[in-house]
Amino acid sequence: MPVKVDRDQLQRLLEQRAQLVDVLPRDEYEEEHLPRAINLPLRRVETEATTALDPGSPIVVYCWDSA
Amino acid sequence: MPTEGTKASRPRAGTVARTGVPTCQVDDNLGAVSQRVREAGWNACVVVNRERIVMGLLRAEQLGGDPTHSIREAMRPGPSTFRPHVAITEMAEYMGAHKLENSPVTTSDGRLVGLLVREDAERAARELESTTTQPSSK
Repeated sequence: MPVKVDRDQLQRLLEQRAQLVDVLPRDEYEEEHLPRAINLPLRRVETEATTALDPGSPIVVYCWDSA
Repeated sequence: MPTEGTKASRPRAGTVARTGVPTCQVDDNLGAVSQRVREAGWNACVVVNRERIVMGLLRAEQLGGDPTHSIREAMRPGPSTFRPHVAITEMAEYMGAHKLENSPVTTSDGRLVGLLVREDAERAARELESTTTQPSSK
């Protein structure tokens, strides 16, 4: 079940080998992304998540938070 | 958090905002707050609750109001806030077009990050433009 995490929780999750997923388009990911994030654009999540991600580890998904 | 990528070093609202902006709470007294803000060399104060969620803003005009009033009576409630990731060029343009002297920068849940001063935003945008439009040495 999805839950919202803050920065401190994210850092703890990354220490526990969580997978960090940036769902922005490829060009935006290349411009800027969080360290250790992999890029899986939103349109591809449904079709590629099962092959690109390990279901045994936590998955943290993010994009820009617009104003 | 730090970021990586071809444009990771671009200044953004959150990196240019002044984090030491004075804050006060809605039940404080305007006279006392105005004096504290002036003494700290500011002309603005962000009204926050105990969790540092932004409730309002006092710009120079509000700070010069009736000193017997409470902050609740004097403040501009619910000011427009901006997220830290917004590009500084976009902020400078928006603040100039809307004649905003300053704007609170908050997290998505409304927690204060700092106050972005238009002068700072415009300076950072000019500096960025000058570094990205340097003539080639050919």
